[in-house]
Amino acid sequence: MKLTLKIWRQKNAGTKGSFKTYQMDDVSPKMAFLEMLDALNKKLVEEGSDPVAFDHDCREGICGSCGMYINGHPHGPVPAITTCHLSMRYFKDGETVWIEPWRAKPFPVIKDLIVDRSAFDKIQIAGGFISVNTGAAPEANSILVQKRNSDEAFDSAICVGCGACVAACKNASAMLFVSAKISQFALLPQGRIEAKQRVRAMVDKMDELGFGNCSNTGACEAECPKEIKLTNIARLNREFYKAF
Amino acid sequence: MGKLNSKIPDGPLSMKWTNYKNSVKLVNPANKKKLEIIVIGTGLSGAGAASALGELGYIVKTFCYQDSPRRAHSVAAQGGINAAKNYQSDGDSTYRLFYDMIKGGDFRAREANVYRAAEVSNQVIDHYTALGVPFARDYGGTLDTRSFGGVQVSRTFYSKGQTGQQCLLGVYSSLNRQIKKGNVTMYPRREMLDLVLIDGKARGIIARNLVTGEIERHGAHAVVLATGGYGTIYFLSTLAVNSNASAAWKAHKKGAFFANPSFVQIHPTSVPQLNEFQSKLTLMSESLRNDGRIWVPKQKGDKRPGNDIPEEERDYYLERRYPAFGNLVPRDVASRAAKERCDAGYGVGETGLAVNLDFRDAIKKQGKKAIENKYGNLFEMYKTITGIDSYEEPMRIYPAGHYTMGGLWVDYELMTTIPGLYAIGEANFSDHGANRLGASSLMQASGDGYFILPNTINNYLADEIRVPKISTDKPEFEETEKAVIERLNKFLSINGKQTASSFHKRLGKIMWDYCGMVRNEEGLKRALVLINELKDEFWKDLKVTGAVSEINQELEKAGRVADYFELAELLVNDALNRKESCGAHFREEYQTPDGEALRNDEEFAYVAAWEYAGEGKPQILHKEELKFEEVEMKVRSYK
Repeated sequence: MKLTLKIWRQKNAGTKGSFKTYQMDDVSPKMAFLEMLDALNKKLVEEGSDPVAFDHDCREGICGSCGMYINGHPHGPVPAITTCHLSMRYFKDGETVWIEPWRAKPFPVIKDLIVDRSAFDKIQIAGGFISVNTGAAPEANSILVQKRNSDEAFDSAICVGCGACVAACKNASAMLFVSAKISQFALLPQGRIEAKQRVRAMVDKMDELGFGNCSNTGACEAECPKEIKLTNIARLNREFYKAF
Repeated sequence: MGKLNSKIPDGPLSMKWTNYKNSVKLVNPANKKKLEIIVIGTGLSGAGAASALGELGYIVKTFCYQDSPRRAHSVAAQGGINAAKNYQSDGDSTYRLFYDMIKGGDFRAREANVYRAAEVSNQVIDHYTALGVPFARDYGGTLDTRSFGGVQVSRTFYSKGQTGQQCLLGVYSSLNRQIKKGNVTMYPRREMLDLVLIDGKARGIIARNLVTGEIERHGAHAVVLATGGYGTIYFLSTLAVNSNASAAWKAHKKGAFFANPSFVQIHPTSVPQLNEFQSKLTLMSESLRNDGRIWVPKQKGDKRPGNDIPEEERDYYLERRYPAFGNLVPRDVASRAAKERCDAGYGVGETGLAVNLDFRDAIKKQGKKAIENKYGNLFEMYKTITGIDSYEEPMRIYPAGHYTMGGLWVDYELMTTIPGLYAIGEANFSDHGANRLGASSLMQASGDGYFILPNTINNYLADEIRVPKISTDKPEFEETEKAVIERLNKFLSINGKQTASSFHKRLGKIMWDYCGMVRNEEGLKRALVLINELKDEFWKDLKVTGAVSEINQELEKAGRVADYFELAELLVNDALNRKESCGAHFREEYQTPDGEALRNDEEFAYVAAWEYAGEGKPQILHKEELKFEEVEMKVRSYK
């Protein structure tokens, strides 16, 4: 297929960016979206032009590195997948594809489609852990966890930290991301002990870093590649009120 | 031989680790605060080690090339993590886990290290559980387990098909706790470009800031490499596309011996290649072989859809050849069997390079819901990639490069042949011999990082307490940095026509064709010629755009591919040297009449540790004889 790509090019955080147009002539529907960008970059490098910078690594939807706005959707138009799992079979011959970085104040652009997501790490550093030293753990089966709670904790714990929720939110809220970690630990007996300090520390950090509030629009849930549920945010709010 | 001292402690196998811990030197808390340790890589081993060392009070500096430590490739491990808990009362024990690994590795691993890995496995599960890792549970609230290839007990703990992710996020959380406390400083988006030695000891690194391009010097009293494996040498592999061997290779060129480089695991159940532009192959967890049955048509070139082929015309070749283990034979055996069938013309799919992994019978027996509970996310992933619904028709799978058992040679303390330089996790060679069993990589990486290195490193650092903070103004740092910058500039100055990736792809093809699942002398010799021709072309015709002093992904790739050319040559030479078949290393010349690997214990029961001898010179082979005190070397049979 032939495609017209409109890609956001920005040299670094300090300079202004703009869309540049690229023509791709032989895109196979069997390619992955990132492989299509690889092909573009190969062409650009061979011509001596600057290739498009984008984050990517595992290319199997689990590391959370990749992420870009494609035709107005984080990770593209197909629900519940990361960009690396997006196949070109979802695009039509002759289509124009708009590709942009995450746009959120706490995620400044580093170059082209790469943004700085270190704010996510900072929130986790503030309290996203259970304080247990190596070697201090009790026998694993001495901690019993209801299967239902354990499964639900897992469903929250699968967040890959890609940032699509923030990018999708009109308020650039990180509530879905924060609530996923809060929920995981709130549902497990191991996590209850520090629950109050944790939720206050993580919410404080989230606010400090400039993420907005949740106004229940639900764009985060709709765009999350791992289908993290909005109910996590309800649990985060409950945990937060309980912490005072 | 003289240069290798494996430092295996005295005493019976089951007491070695206890005896070691009882007699090892310690460093008092006041002195720990003055000692700096660099850890490269933030996977299960690296972030685990950094956390534990931080908890002990050392000053830890941790580096990763990703934008966050949470993205290290341990994240992609799917099926599970082994431990000898014996929660199922099915006869499991530390000894059994040890024995399965030794046998699974085809008697080419170091007995004492393997026993220790099995010994600390239970602590690893305890620790992850305490950290809040949501392992699968039974209705009574206890932890659940499942079976994996090459064993007859159920000892694999798991979180659906995302066990690596859940364990890694557990390790990441413990790392974050130490960062908050100020014990660990994290340097993301940094790539180690060389190791700095002072008076023969590892004293720091030269790293490149991947955002600004700035070249940085970092000093420390000891350096730990937790940099993973080199499976991407095949270009197409199940690894993250940026995974690379450069840190380990730089250490090798500075004096760390490289052991058994040719021991590379080709994983049997990957999604087959779909197109020529493909950048990676996606793994389908081995756990699927618990319920999926592998088959090809009995008739050559039968192109009917899988569901249209009746039962009596299907060849369940693993069940046929290996009735005792069936679909759960170890990975090397399953991979070769798939290749054998496809090469013989029985493969399925457009290319004929695939076999069926069929859940029809399991769904019939257990119901779709039960299968969905166990493997739901894997089925979804498969559908996302291929568009095929495997609840309705068989998955198609084919082997792909996966895990490297080879790596930097380490002694019992996990120290390389460079004093003060350690290698942990997949980056070292010691625990998996010639083939790794499923769910033992998470186990070994976690054990190395959390429970082994933080004990053994004290023995070295106890003698370093009088050494002041390492100054990065020393000439050794300056010289190393200069060489690093020269090399980066060299890549930019070639100004040829071909990208680093296109060279990587061609190198990968050579390695896959001549040094993959099946090897022979003629092919390996041919590979050496081809690698060297391509390497010359690389240094003449490489094209890297941009500059050193900015974000430059092409420059990153060029450095990694350049190192792979050198490692590829060593890998092939190691495969040539080993005139036997063992585990994943299958030399056609050495096989039994029914096509199984034929070991030669008389001549090859050793670890091949290679010493770098300088540019263009053949590497020097050192042999560490493998002595088995506890087990008897047997023919590995899964029939």
